Amino acid sequence: MTHPLQSTEPVARPWAAPHLKLAQIPLLWQFAVIIAAGIALSALWGGALRWPDIWVIPLASWITTFFEWLGNDAGIGGYEFRDLTRFLADLLKQPLRWAEYVLYRGVRPLDLPPVPWVAIVIGVGILGHWAGGRKLAFFAAGGLLYLAVFGLWRDSMRTLAIVVVAVPFAVVIGLWLGIWAEKSRRAASVVSPMFDLMQATPHMAYLVPVVILFGFGQVPALIATVVFAMPPMARCVMLALQTVPSAITEAGKMSGCTPRQLLWKVQIPAGKRILMLGVNQVVMQTLAMAVIASLVGATGLGQKLLTSLQQLKLGAAVEQGLGIVMIAVVLDRITQAWANRPTDYAARGRSWAYRHRHALSFGAVLVVSVLLAGIFKEVSVLPKGMTVTFGTQLDDAVRWFAKETYGVIQPVRDFITVNMLIPLRNFFLAVPWPIVVAMVGAAGLRLAGRGTAMLCMGLVLAIVLFGFWEPAVLTVYLVLSAVIICICIGVPIGIWAFRSPRVARPIMAICDTLQTFPSFIYLIPVIMLLKVGDLANIVAILAYATVPAIRYTYLGLKRIPDVTIEAAITNGATPMQRLLKVELPVALPEIMLGINQTIMMALSMVAITALIGSRDLGQEIYRALPTADTGRGILAGLAIAAIGIVADRLIQGWANTRKKQLGVK
Amino acid sequence: MNHTKIAVLALAAFAPLSAMAEVESDEPIVIVQNNWTSQLVLSNVLGQMLESKGYTVEYIPSDSQLQFSAIANGDMHVQVEAWEGSMKTAFEKALDDGMVDAGTHEAVTREEWWIPDYVLEKCPEAGNWEGLNACADIFKTAETAPKGRFLGPPADWGKNYAARIDALNMDFVAINVGQAATLWAELQSAYDREEPIVLFNWTPNFIESKFDGQFVDFPEPEEACFEDEAWGPNPDATGDCGAPRSAWLKKAAWSGMADEWPGAWQVVQNMNFNNEQIAHAALLVDVEGMSPEDAASEWISENQDLVDGWLQ
Repeated sequence: MTHPLQSTEPVARPWAAPHLKLAQIPLLWQFAVIIAAGIALSALWGGALRWPDIWVIPLASWITTFFEWLGNDAGIGGYEFRDLTRFLADLLKQPLRWAEYVLYRGVRPLDLPPVPWVAIVIGVGILGHWAGGRKLAFFAAGGLLYLAVFGLWRDSMRTLAIVVVAVPFAVVIGLWLGIWAEKSRRAASVVSPMFDLMQATPHMAYLVPVVILFGFGQVPALIATVVFAMPPMARCVMLALQTVPSAITEAGKMSGCTPRQLLWKVQIPAGKRILMLGVNQVVMQTLAMAVIASLVGATGLGQKLLTSLQQLKLGAAVEQGLGIVMIAVVLDRITQAWANRPTDYAARGRSWAYRHRHALSFGAVLVVSVLLAGIFKEVSVLPKGMTVTFGTQLDDAVRWFAKETYGVIQPVRDFITVNMLIPLRNFFLAVPWPIVVAMVGAAGLRLAGRGTAMLCMGLVLAIVLFGFWEPAVLTVYLVLSAVIICICIGVPIGIWAFRSPRVARPIMAICDTLQTFPSFIYLIPVIMLLKVGDLANIVAILAYATVPAIRYTYLGLKRIPDVTIEAAITNGATPMQRLLKVELPVALPEIMLGINQTIMMALSMVAITALIGSRDLGQEIYRALPTADTGRGILAGLAIAAIGIVADRLIQGWANTRKKQLGVK
Repeated sequence: MNHTKIAVLALAAFAPLSAMAEVESDEPIVIVQNNWTSQLVLSNVLGQMLESKGYTVEYIPSDSQLQFSAIANGDMHVQVEAWEGSMKTAFEKALDDGMVDAGTHEAVTREEWWIPDYVLEKCPEAGNWEGLNACADIFKTAETAPKGRFLGPPADWGKNYAARIDALNMDFVAINVGQAATLWAELQSAYDREEPIVLFNWTPNFIESKFDGQFVDFPEPEEACFEDEAWGPNPDATGDCGAPRSAWLKKAAWSGMADEWPGAWQVVQNMNFNNEQIAHAALLVDVEGMSPEDAASEWISENQDLVDGWLQ
């Protein structure tokens, strides 16, 4: 088919050289030109290597000053902004105080005891029974029993107090934001990218502004937790409302629902399962914040864990970390079961007592245990003599392991550090920034179009302009090294789990534990074995970030339709051919998503590996907290988010292009 | 059962109204807790003393730098251990904003380079900076070779060891860790293998009860060290000296404390620990494995006369 406009063009301008589009030049050639030009530029102008300090836009110090002003002086009339934040904090303090009274503190001036641990353990068991039956009941009670037996009860209840208050707040705010974003396009266009950004920014970066505005203690910790745990809820609400079948909505409209009734009586109940998934996510995120929130004054397991690490009591830290995992897993299972809980039709028409049997039996347990607690102290608080610990044994085991394997590990560590990591780092630091900006732009243009290219170039340029280039380069160096190793380890393990279902279960269980386990704990053994240095940073990142690579590879392979695999087998493909020519290409989109997640995880771990000692963006965030340097913390956090976004867009662009080439949808 | 519950709830709601002992205010006194042992025990000792007088006490964990502005704001009320070496700047800044200096402990503190005793077998003169420098070679690692490695404190603890190394022309490279636990993990690992290590340490802390070692002596600092190039071992540099061998350890409090809880304020002012007492308090936790709360009770019962004096 001829196109009338196009066909005239060469005739109109015969003198022009054959028009070569940028897209027709191979990307490698483009890169070569960019590199040559960049090197030439940096030879002429030192600023291409190191952006002059006097040209750095001092946004960081502006933000810091702004927050200091907000926290100290801002106000309208006689009211200070600070009064508002204090008022908010006081408001939040009330429910928290109640949770603390009930769970562990008791009402001190009245000498009323807290709920005895026995009652809470059995109570959670009853809740498990209500939500998911007998199996869950035993599991939930067993999980809480761990906390009591290992002497973690009081601290667990401190942590739980924050969880039971933070979760409803996060759920309500998330619900409201989600509904709002679903109703109004304009709200969605603000809220949605903000959530993207919040998820890509390490949690620690939120802490500084919270401290400036709300001070230190349980309440600021609660606020930081809610801010962090709320986005998944809002996302799930948006998803739930979007996926309500139009037939249901129509039926609601036809029966004369007002918009309010339509929302609350029809759409929200119809989307219950996705909403409950949101609640579940909120619970998990709340517990993921347990350790980090203790940096701004949360008491409980997280604080004890950091103190244990500080005192080199690794075993105690592991027990406390497992305590957090226990609470997380129990709440996870209960909320999941609750989401899938069928309506109890059998109970209809039965007696009041039968329908409220769970509440009644809990009441009975409570009364009996309170009475018993008056007689036997053990019922109220398990005495120390009756608790167990494997702390010191574990400490000794780790020390023994570090000592015995050091002779083997040391030369390997030195070789990798001196011959691979340090040259790689020096290379990264020597790359002029204009080359990076231009290469990111060229790749973005080729893979995902002009918009993406502009966005990615803008983000990289912003890192340069705001003075975070060097820490950002060091971050990319660490994360890139870690991600490559993650892929080399994770993808084969994922394939292995896919090929043999027998190993799949334990591998997935290990993955779950690795992700819920507070990542701070990995740091100590890593330092003992590898000493302070880049390799220690990378290995600590690995422990956490390999999980998505495994998981997504496994899931991606599992979702391949049987027909496709059958077709490969009937065509006589060897297992290796099947893997390389059929399974991996088909699973590629999912695997790429896993690699994307791996990068995100690695970036978020950077803030935590800063505790080992480095000069990257994580260190900037970590340092910002004690010095109350809000701007430095927020901008370093956003710089990490920027790196994540650039990587995400380029990988997605590449994956889409590749999918088109392979004809995979 | 429901009645009990309702009664509990109702009473709890009015709890703040029902005053108990003869204390001035039922508002909880917030005691700052940091993440090292001696501070945890000492803060519990103070808390238990105040509770015995009828005050309500709350413990809130805090960062060692940010705590002072929180005390100045009145978010938190007492800190029992403020160290000259690492907290002086933040401490003095907060004094202008509404925090008060609640007195100095008898105990003195020191922050300096530190070596385990087994290092002396390979390098007998290592207790002194010149002797240590002479065997810098045994401290080298792959990254720092041919120089020795000095494992330094987190970069923001207000100490520039790279500058001191330069000023004293030492053959060391300062590698800064991100947090104290990293120092201890390195020390534990090296100690188990008797590998030479020189790192940043301070006293009083739990390290002295778990590991045998000593501080490295540097030239005692004087003001001239930082102003006069001619002073000290290097005639061409300032800063060619160590940290003070006996620095102060103070208590800090919110300025409103004296009005709100005069009795408690008096106790805070009276409280005074010496090095031995602090080391023993830390030992109860780090060596005997008690929790900080139990260790505080134990410490109080062992030092009842002293405590009674403070409570007067």
